[in-house]
Amino acid sequence: MSAADDTVEVPGNSVADLARQRFEAIKAGDVGTLPVLVGLALIVAFFYSKNSNFLTAGNFTNLITQMAAVTTIAIGVVFVLLLGEIDLSIGYVSGIAGVIVAQLQIPDGSWEVKGVLAIVIAIILTSVIGLLQGSFVAIIGVPSFVVTLAGLLFWQGVILQAIGDVGVITIEDSTINNTANYFFSDTAGLLIAAGAVALFALSTLSGVVSRRRHGISSDNLAIVAAKLVGFTVVAFGAVIWANRERGFPFAGVLVIVLLVFWTWVAERTTFGRHVYAVGGNAEAARRAGINVRNIRLKVFMISSGMAGLGGVIFAARLNSVDLGAGGGTVLLDAIAAAVIGGTSLFGGRGRVISALMGALIISTVANGIDLVGYSSSIKFMVTGAILLAAVTLDAVSRQRLVRAGR
Amino acid sequence: MTETLSPPPAAATSTPMLEARGITKSFGSVQALDDVDFEVSPGEVMALVGDNGAGKSTLIKCIAGIYPIDSGQVLFEGNPVSIQSPKDAARLGIEVVYQDLALCDNLDVVQNMYLGREVHDAIFRLKEPAMEARTVETLKGLSVTTIRSVRQSVASLSGGQRQSVAIGRAVMWNSRLVILDEPTAALGVAQTRQVLELVRRLAAQGLAVVLISHNLHDIFEAADRITVLRLGRNAAVFDRRATTQQEVVHAITAGVPTKVPGISGTGEVAE
Repeated sequence: MSAADDTVEVPGNSVADLARQRFEAIKAGDVGTLPVLVGLALIVAFFYSKNSNFLTAGNFTNLITQMAAVTTIAIGVVFVLLLGEIDLSIGYVSGIAGVIVAQLQIPDGSWEVKGVLAIVIAIILTSVIGLLQGSFVAIIGVPSFVVTLAGLLFWQGVILQAIGDVGVITIEDSTINNTANYFFSDTAGLLIAAGAVALFALSTLSGVVSRRRHGISSDNLAIVAAKLVGFTVVAFGAVIWANRERGFPFAGVLVIVLLVFWTWVAERTTFGRHVYAVGGNAEAARRAGINVRNIRLKVFMISSGMAGLGGVIFAARLNSVDLGAGGGTVLLDAIAAAVIGGTSLFGGRGRVISALMGALIISTVANGIDLVGYSSSIKFMVTGAILLAAVTLDAVSRQRLVRAGR
Repeated sequence: MTETLSPPPAAATSTPMLEARGITKSFGSVQALDDVDFEVSPGEVMALVGDNGAGKSTLIKCIAGIYPIDSGQVLFEGNPVSIQSPKDAARLGIEVVYQDLALCDNLDVVQNMYLGREVHDAIFRLKEPAMEARTVETLKGLSVTTIRSVRQSVASLSGGQRQSVAIGRAVMWNSRLVILDEPTAALGVAQTRQVLELVRRLAAQGLAVVLISHNLHDIFEAADRITVLRLGRNAAVFDRRATTQQEVVHAITAGVPTKVPGISGTGEVAE
């Protein structure tokens, strides 16, 4: 140990210091959201050069409603990945939720339940699916890959069983359909943006004040101010842009509320801390007195429940469910979104926001390819390549982190 | 009570923090501990040594509530206690720092220090600033000055720093007795010194410390007394100042497993 190690070195907090620390972290393999933002900028630039409609307000609102369901499901995936587990059943579990709301709202059906109540019932039932699958993982110790693979097959069968003879159920309930198809008026959109900015400012500043009071302030006020300004510009910019067309979609607001809520759970609550701990070192968590089984059960419930909510949004967007509900690329898009956004497959590293980041990339590529008129074969190949790049980046940054001892 | 017959040893004027009498524990047909006595006083570093299979780990796990004892009695500050689970042990103020540290690499120092005991409000919101301030205070109190930021991840720390965090976590909870299982096993020379100094500081703060180690050099540097187990029985208790490494090695490898009558800290080898 050199003499320098014996002094307490306070990390600087000037803008230059923070920039240098960030650069050091990137060099050491802690890349954060940087690759996603760069990738997104490249994708947007490419499609804009191919088709100038890509950046219109109409396509912007389209994109938001297209990606809402995948983002919602991917939020649940982030939690499962944080544990170092996997949930392959989310696709068809989301389909199950679509079937449930569709069945419940059938007018003059045997159990007509409408609107929000139907959605709540669907989320509760899919959470119970998560509890069931999670029990096999957490209590019996069956690998989650196999349990949820079995779930994938089983719930697909249940969907076929449930609506196989009719093939398709139309959703006429306007509350359910509005989860994907409602657009706020111009004024309402601006009020929501103002409210969001106010809340963001309040929480940021209260954090600064609290750290000050405990004498551990490391906040750079210039950066705090820049964050506030940036947030304000993005919030109002998005709403004003969307207002040039149909207005800001409800689905977009829903996704943002979900992101904020689950980020809060993951990073600010005891439960979230324990999820990271179990994902990082389950044995250490157990010895620290954390109920590991309980955490695993809850995380699988979150995963299924969020898949359920995502399934409702999917069904609402199509105004119907059919035999393909929850199939196709739903599962892989959701998992790919979480991973592309930067959540590690190895557990313990990642953030809820990566669900949005990854979904942005996947949905932007899909939207752009449709708009430019390439065939869907290209879509699959490009998405596959991006996923491979993201996982490779994860593996490489993990090695670098180990080598740099971070 | 046979204990009252022996004269009170000069070193231990107060009641021992922990006193285990006649602990017996077997796993099936294997007798892991046979009528073992053990004690440690406040402000004292008691080393626990013995060859592999001597019963060190089993004894510690009995004290920590991981294994239930078959027979025998445990007194904590003179009162008979029943330690059935790690929670019971924690409630008494007994903390164990395991060899493999049990830290989460992906979490930072504060998060590890508070792992499983996070401070939160009514809606489970973590009180980060309070936890961070207390962590800094605790590490400073232990004179752990080599950790640059308590917000860096534990994976970025050296072995000695990680051990310091693990020990800091153990003492933060008003603990009375800290058991360290091979705390220097994987450390270099300078880091070993750091950790041993930390061990001495714990005792200086009035905690009872049990130090398990294979390294006699470390033990002679940090311990006040040395309990030797052999084949699941007491072999000897030495006063560090009145013995030599040869004597201890002899007790570890060839000591006659004997019950030491009323462990007295005065250092006589069991006859």
